[in-house]
Amino acid sequence: MTFQLTSDAQTYDCRKAFGEELIELAREDERIVAVCNDSVGSSNLVGFLEAFPDRLINVGIAEQDLVGVGAGLANGGLVPFVSAAAPFLTGRALEQIKADAAYSDVPVVLCGQSPGMAYGELGPTHHSIEDLSWTRAIANLKVLVPADRAQTRAAVRWAATGAGPVFMRVPRFKVPDVTPDGAPFGPATSVRLTNGDDVTIIAIGTMVSRALEAAERLREEGIAARVINTAFVDPLDEQAVLEAARETRAIVTVEEATISGGLGAAVAALVVEHQPVRMRIVGIRGEFAPTGSTSYLLDHFGLNAEGIVRAAHDVLAPHRA
Amino acid sequence: MSAAPRSEQVKALTEAATAVRRDIVAMIDAAQLGHIGGDLSVTDILVTLFHAVLNVDPEHPDRPDRDRFILSKGHCAAALYATLAGCGFFPREELKSFMAPLSMLNGHPDRKKVPGVETNTGPLGHGFPVAVGCALAGKLRGASWRTVVVLGDGEMQEGSNWEAAMTAPHYELADITAVVDRNRLQQGARTEETKRLEPFAAKWDSFGWEVREIDGHDYAGLLDAFEPSTTGKPVAVIANTVKGKGVSFIEDRVEWHHKVPDADQVRAALEELSR
Repeated sequence: MTFQLTSDAQTYDCRKAFGEELIELAREDERIVAVCNDSVGSSNLVGFLEAFPDRLINVGIAEQDLVGVGAGLANGGLVPFVSAAAPFLTGRALEQIKADAAYSDVPVVLCGQSPGMAYGELGPTHHSIEDLSWTRAIANLKVLVPADRAQTRAAVRWAATGAGPVFMRVPRFKVPDVTPDGAPFGPATSVRLTNGDDVTIIAIGTMVSRALEAAERLREEGIAARVINTAFVDPLDEQAVLEAARETRAIVTVEEATISGGLGAAVAALVVEHQPVRMRIVGIRGEFAPTGSTSYLLDHFGLNAEGIVRAAHDVLAPHRA
Repeated sequence: MSAAPRSEQVKALTEAATAVRRDIVAMIDAAQLGHIGGDLSVTDILVTLFHAVLNVDPEHPDRPDRDRFILSKGHCAAALYATLAGCGFFPREELKSFMAPLSMLNGHPDRKKVPGVETNTGPLGHGFPVAVGCALAGKLRGASWRTVVVLGDGEMQEGSNWEAAMTAPHYELADITAVVDRNRLQQGARTEETKRLEPFAAKWDSFGWEVREIDGHDYAGLLDAFEPSTTGKPVAVIANTVKGKGVSFIEDRVEWHHKVPDADQVRAALEELSR
């Protein structure tokens, strides 16, 4: 399949899809509850609160309590969607995520709102670029990053099926729709958006549409890029990654996150053991962001079509006669 | 729960607690690891809860309407394991494997391995918020279970516990009881020297809890303290205890937080616990 992104594509805040899907799900399943930390508005849960006032638990500004209470609600047979700004959910409550949710193995759905650098000018305290490295290091915790409205809805629905402990990002930075109708969604499942045998671009979240833009530019130069969107960073679609490693000359990964332990690290660890291939990891390398809007910062770190094209050129260079 | 007269109940609890204390000493001796001081201070609380208060069924530990019990001071796992085994949650024989390679009895409780354990505690300040969630689930679902969480007093220096202490009264969770094993010692020193907890009862009261301060080794007092809330507020039981209770040379001595007794000390402890 080849997915075309139109240049004037409309963009959407995935938090709206998150809130709407959660309401729909709560209508169908009375075990669904939302738990938040004074983040009713920023988690887009106002509609949920209106529809189910008794099923939205607000623990106030207390993230450790938030995750612990969520684990207790799950123990009591409910399906809690624990929602908070991603930097505080993962940073402040990481030990609760590890011990109360993952190690205790209860079906808590941790929803990191406004992840990556969505809080732009508010600065590194409010950026959540470490979340993927932190959560991926924890056993028995699925980690997923929806790329658009459809994947956000699919993630919410999938997570409520008793999938066990889950951390999902809920993008705030507006993104176009990039998921074809009927695309599969689940652990170790990815979606191939364009075909190509020269280079593979594996992207997640806000970077998927930018990877498609990059692929288009590469195509104009005669380089065929395979774009893969793997919403699940853990467990990764190992088969698709190893196929890419075998069938294309190089892999470029792209994530709005530090590169220490996220998507690129996961792909690199896999291919280096089973199918070594040249790679470039596009992300943020060991620094805190300067002041700037989200859009500015993404460009600043090369998290855009130009940056991805540059990485593709660089990784292919020694192979181009 | 027992309907026996109070005097008989107290006699039975005394015997059960002595057996648990002997098991604790034997387990720590075999493992050459453990937290003997806190195990012995919390024993009477655990035995009273499991033998006379909690609606739990060792044959069906996952029964959905069971009372929820959480040992937030998870490092006192030996006391919990000995109590659970004493109630029939698993064979007492298993206690011999405490902390041995691949044992189900880890140094801190693992709910996926040990029947009767609700959540995996160990890092302090975790059990209380989870307990609040259990109580909240009961309230939201109109269920009848009650939730009891046992905390160490030193553990009340963790901020997460005070977050939970604010949440329970806000949601009017009358069916949760937070019990503090107030033995006044923590790993390195007395609580009041390390970071002052007093005025402790006033803190709980100001957070909106019905406070009951008792002798944590007096079974009759413990039984009364575990009665349901009379005010509609969540109940905080401050159980004043002696760290190392029952073994005179361990009692109230800071160095016995996790010191392991030598062979002579084990003999002396077991001798004292058989009187």
